[in-house]
Amino acid sequence: MKYDFQKVKKVLGKEKQFIHGDTALCYGALLAGCNFYGGYPITPASEVFEMMSKFMPKLGGVCIQMEDEIASIASIIGASWAGAKAFTATSGPGFSLMQENFGYACMTETPVVIANVQRSGPSTGQPTLGAQGDMMQVRYGSHGDFEIIALAPNTIQETMEFTIKAFNLAEEYRAPVFIMADGDLGHMREMITIPDKLELFDRKKPKVPPEEYVPFGPGQYGKKKVPEFGVFGTGYHTYVTGLTHNEQGFPATDDQEEHDLLVRRLCEKITDDREKLTDIEERNMEDADVALVSYGMASRSALGALNMARKQGDNVGYFRLKNIWPFPEKAIEELSEKVDKIVVIEMNTGQIYHKVKEFADCEVRLASKIGGEPHSPKEILEEVE
Amino acid sequence: MAEQMEGDVIGGKKIQEKYLRDEMMPHIFCNGCGLGNVLDYVLWAVEKEGFDMDKTVFLSGIGCSSRIPGYIDADALHTTHGRALGFATGVKMANPELNVIVFTGDGDCIGIGGNHFIHAARRNLNITVIAVNNYIYGMTGGQVAPTTPEGHFGTTAPYGNIESPFDMSKMAIAAGATYVARWPVYRPNQPINSIREGLRNNGFSFIEMMSPCTTAYGRRNKFREIKDLWDFYIDNTILKEEYEMTMKFGSEEEKEAAKDKIIIGELHKISKKPLEDRYRDLVKELME
Repeated sequence: MKYDFQKVKKVLGKEKQFIHGDTALCYGALLAGCNFYGGYPITPASEVFEMMSKFMPKLGGVCIQMEDEIASIASIIGASWAGAKAFTATSGPGFSLMQENFGYACMTETPVVIANVQRSGPSTGQPTLGAQGDMMQVRYGSHGDFEIIALAPNTIQETMEFTIKAFNLAEEYRAPVFIMADGDLGHMREMITIPDKLELFDRKKPKVPPEEYVPFGPGQYGKKKVPEFGVFGTGYHTYVTGLTHNEQGFPATDDQEEHDLLVRRLCEKITDDREKLTDIEERNMEDADVALVSYGMASRSALGALNMARKQGDNVGYFRLKNIWPFPEKAIEELSEKVDKIVVIEMNTGQIYHKVKEFADCEVRLASKIGGEPHSPKEILEEVE
Repeated sequence: MAEQMEGDVIGGKKIQEKYLRDEMMPHIFCNGCGLGNVLDYVLWAVEKEGFDMDKTVFLSGIGCSSRIPGYIDADALHTTHGRALGFATGVKMANPELNVIVFTGDGDCIGIGGNHFIHAARRNLNITVIAVNNYIYGMTGGQVAPTTPEGHFGTTAPYGNIESPFDMSKMAIAAGATYVARWPVYRPNQPINSIREGLRNNGFSFIEMMSPCTTAYGRRNKFREIKDLWDFYIDNTILKEEYEMTMKFGSEEEKEAAKDKIIIGELHKISKKPLEDRYRDLVKELME
């Protein structure tokens, strides 16, 4: 079922609100037409679930508390096959539990959106504090070869907007899309403006009769490498399996060529659009010798460092990655041609730093901070000098 | 009990033509395996209940029994190990108009999937679960399962199983299922009737099928012939009604003989509003 956009706006209330990041994740999802949420409580993401529990039944959507995060992700994949726009939010330990089914969503090309309100790990770590330690796990955590899309917001407004965008991308690419927020963003409050109108993308449905439908091959219209989606109950009799399958969806587990064809298409449908998906915010880059590369919460500290450096008269620029995966390879390559040095600012012991190093042809330094406190601008500038 | 079968509506050959995917044949099941019987019974039940295959979704986890949906011409989700009920919750809640049937095995259902199993039953989600119990991990080569009887052998219990087994049906009842039945595959009519009853029940229906695994279980446990396993089921099961009568009126010897047998039949049947109806009531109330 589809919501009436005005009804969603009415349920959410005033156009301008002072809300925290977890609420913004909920607002974004509802504005995007999310009508299924399967959740499990976890700090610091529980409020997403609480807000969903409050709003969903009022709109006619489904919000259900599952028995664990494995079941949450399973339920949203199932709901997506039944035609829903499905969403879940979690944090580190829950995110680890979900890994197997992330791979299942990739393999079965199921559009779902997952928010990770990151906290420090390993293990239980620092539940109430922000971190960026899952940036590699989101890309490589599940077994096998695959590609995903991940976005990293740094304001509350952007958290809401990126959630809407994540739903559109999931529907467009028939893939899981991740919003990599963190505990600080999740619990920080800022003013937001609920948009007046939105462009929403719905997954392409097959137009051909069932006997001509190819559920796991090239798209018959729309994107070349993204097949149409035969929603359960519409007569297409789709067999969906996590096993290596042929274009019809039937197991082809000992066929090298089928596996190659399938997995490469799954990866390429995302990497072919790497540049289209690249989203960068630049500040003071025109005359910069040093680029501060950052994303998410850490980029707010980077902004402080930028202002401090510019006041001192240093030619420092700000280069923020709004999407992390697929990695903006060319943008980093081009950046490294313009500057002498890149400083990567992360709230981990160095994750995206390694990715930047892979594509940068200049000196790359890491400003790492862990322990639940964002960088001070000074700590960043130490790496600039 | 459901009414007796009203004779062949359509013949077995036609059932095959109507419901199975030709392109998936030959199937992967071994000689003597009970999964063909189980599939047959489910299709008969579906046929007799007049289910629309465009509105029926089959789900499964991982294991031999979880390969069954692949052979049925309908929408199907062959999911990850133990998680079919999590996925089924999403499918059914997102579109309650769909009939949802889940195939699972003993390892899939009560081993790795135990938590999802008890919670799906607790919620009384309106779905039908066909749990095929072969008392072993068959697909992976005969490792001991949470259902393997004490003293029986598996590749990971080469000296005999020292653990106590789970009774899946009892677990389903305790967790909140509203319809529970258990049958060995050698009886065709009663399982079909129970599956029909399960499909009709507006709630969580659980049908445990005791099914022989000749390859991974039988040959390690002195059931060298297919018939040996069927005989084992015959000797070690007792109908619920018979069990109750024996315990009430039988002699001490009869009681002693009956007490360790596996009780089969329609084990549990109550009426309770399923989750999706409760949720729909809530939505109706809030949207008005």
